[in-house]
Amino acid sequence: MKTLVPLKQTVDLVEELELNDDGTDVEREYLTFKLNEWDEQALEEALLIKDAVGGEVTVVALDEPDADQSLYGARAKGADRAVKLTGDFAAGVSSHARAAILAGFLESQSFDLVLIGVQTPEDLDGQTGVILAGMLGLPHASVAVAVEPDGDALKVTQEMGAGVTHQLRIVGPAVVGVQAARAAPRYVPISRIRAAMQEGGLEQQPAAEVEAVSGLTVRRMYAPQSSSHAEMLGADADAAAARIIEIIRERGVLKV
Amino acid sequence: MSNDIFVLVEHHGGAISETTNELFGMARGLAEASGGAVVGCLLGSGASSLAEGLAADAVLSVQAPELAAFVPEAYAATLAALVAERDPRVLLIANTTVGMDVAGAVSGRTGRPLVAYCSAITVEGDTLVVTSQVYGGKLNAEVQTASGAIVSVVGGSAPAASGGSPTVETVAPPDLSGLRTTFVARVEAQSGDVDITGEEILVSVGRGIGGEDNIELAQELADALGATVSASRPVTDAGWLPKSRQVGKSGRKVKPKLYLACGISGAPEHLEGMSDAELIIAINTDEKAPIFDVAHYGATADLFDLLPALTDQVRAVST
Ligand SMILES: Cc1cc2nc3c(=O)[nH]c(=O)nc-3n(C[C@H](O)[C@H](O)[C@H](O)COP(=O)(O)OP(=O)(O)OC[C@H]3O[C@@H](n4cnc5c(N)ncnc54)[C@H](O)[C@@H]3O)c2cc1C
Ligand SMILES: Nc1ncnc2c1ncn2[C@@H]1O[C@H](COP(=O)(O)O)[C@@H](O)[C@H]1O
Repeated sequence: MKTLVPLKQTVDLVEELELNDDGTDVEREYLTFKLNEWDEQALEEALLIKDAVGGEVTVVALDEPDADQSLYGARAKGADRAVKLTGDFAAGVSSHARAAILAGFLESQSFDLVLIGVQTPEDLDGQTGVILAGMLGLPHASVAVAVEPDGDALKVTQEMGAGVTHQLRIVGPAVVGVQAARAAPRYVPISRIRAAMQEGGLEQQPAAEVEAVSGLTVRRMYAPQSSSHAEMLGADADAAAARIIEIIRERGVLKV
Repeated sequence: MSNDIFVLVEHHGGAISETTNELFGMARGLAEASGGAVVGCLLGSGASSLAEGLAADAVLSVQAPELAAFVPEAYAATLAALVAERDPRVLLIANTTVGMDVAGAVSGRTGRPLVAYCSAITVEGDTLVVTSQVYGGKLNAEVQTASGAIVSVVGGSAPAASGGSPTVETVAPPDLSGLRTTFVARVEAQSGDVDITGEEILVSVGRGIGGEDNIELAQELADALGATVSASRPVTDAGWLPKSRQVGKSGRKVKPKLYLACGISGAPEHLEGMSDAELIIAINTDEKAPIFDVAHYGATADLFDLLPALTDQVRAVST
């Protein structure tokens, strides 16, 4: 089985999100980026498939901040090939543009399966995986929690909510958006990632030229201001605990 | 282009989903503004009677054996054909699994723009103005796009509407031979160790709890309060708590008397499952965490200090 896993660097949500001067996007220059957590799940699922039936796992990323780190991290975990698509992505890349770039890359690849994170926090114009599937006319499934080889097909478990799942059988090539891998992503020590970096071997090629295809214009971004923001009880643990006790006694939740 | 507002009708086991009715609630105002009709798109197999009672003016019913169950590829092909032929002003799709699977694929197939995570939408002349929740709910984006867009809508964004009596037009499906996806089975929820939907007090932990060993801190507080421990998704995905304890979009919807959110950021997918709780108290070191927008009370203390302090104080007043 040949599996391709696109990796995307996303804004670390733990950080303060500053807006740019015209308030239409986050200020990318000062943010830290990390591998999208759902891509990490997709990579794990790809490696589990490889562990079970063999085959090849290729990871591919646009040349976005710290992409090398993620690509080499994937190599250290067991990905066979790592490809970096070069270009100027400083202004951010919409999901549609990303899907078009990936579609361009896939033209030159043979693959049975694309496993991609179900979403990223900045998918304003939708999720890349299913857009890619639509552009290429491939079968797809999103919100997958298990992707297992089943003869010459795939058995995909799709989470429908409230504990319900659907099981699908898909004959590849297909695109599957992974919500969670069957196991927690494997851990590799930083020393192994460094070793992979020293070994090198990143393949590089220019990203396909695509037009800006999202068709959306951001008028403004802003932090939502809820009229019903919580009444804050401060940062002191003992004082906050005392207030919480008062509140839940008043409300009759704590019946003493 | 027609001025109609299309809505994808999602149904499971012969029942219309609640989010579908919310889309109809949202569509009515848009149809009034654009001068078109509210049109439901009902895909299924022998399921056209589900049109009855939808808050739509008309329903386009596409019935085929291949549409008997939710097969993403079949839905995307059918919906793409319908949209290409009828050219609606907007197609509204709920941001459920079905929506997350189909909206992007239809956009990719038809080249129509897609706006995701929509919480509000208005029509301004030929332009659509959509408010979207991005960055895990930390920011809203106000975007404009041309008519013809597909919009996927976050649950709870509009009041549900139903009780209409739409006309039903039967539409032939596109060629669905050659599908490479087969629906195998629907697996109902496993009954878990406890049913968190019936609990009065939930001590709910998120990624901020840091690891499996720390769950005990929440369990001790829960024991003192006579409560149950629930969790956000990353906690159950990591196996620190069973799946049946997960609150949110893909977990359970809860409405306890007290929901104590500990180390949970308040992503839209989590809020979908708990924002109706009677009393929400959030503990999160990040004062900008979106959970504070739905919580009634909030503390920015470290949960590793606050949980034990609370446990001690509850024990002290209880004895
Ligand atoms: C299709 C789909 C379905 C989903 N369904 C669900 C669902 O059902 N339920 C769900 O929960 N999520 C769901 N998610 C995931 C959701 O998008 C978020 O990723 C998730 O809710 C984040 O969980 P969290 O708040 O625990 O983690 P994070 O967002 O990482 O937040 C952790 C928080 O802990 C705080 N923190 C850290 N350390 C401390 C400390 N010592 N003391 C106090 N606070 C601390 C941080 O400030 C941070 O705000 C779904 C996602 C998708 C794509
Ligand atoms: N429009 C739809 N959206 C989502 N799921 C559907 C839809 N139509 C049918 N299904 C699925 O098909 C199966 C049978 O549905 P029903 O015909 O409504 O009993 C269920 O598992 C549903 O989840």
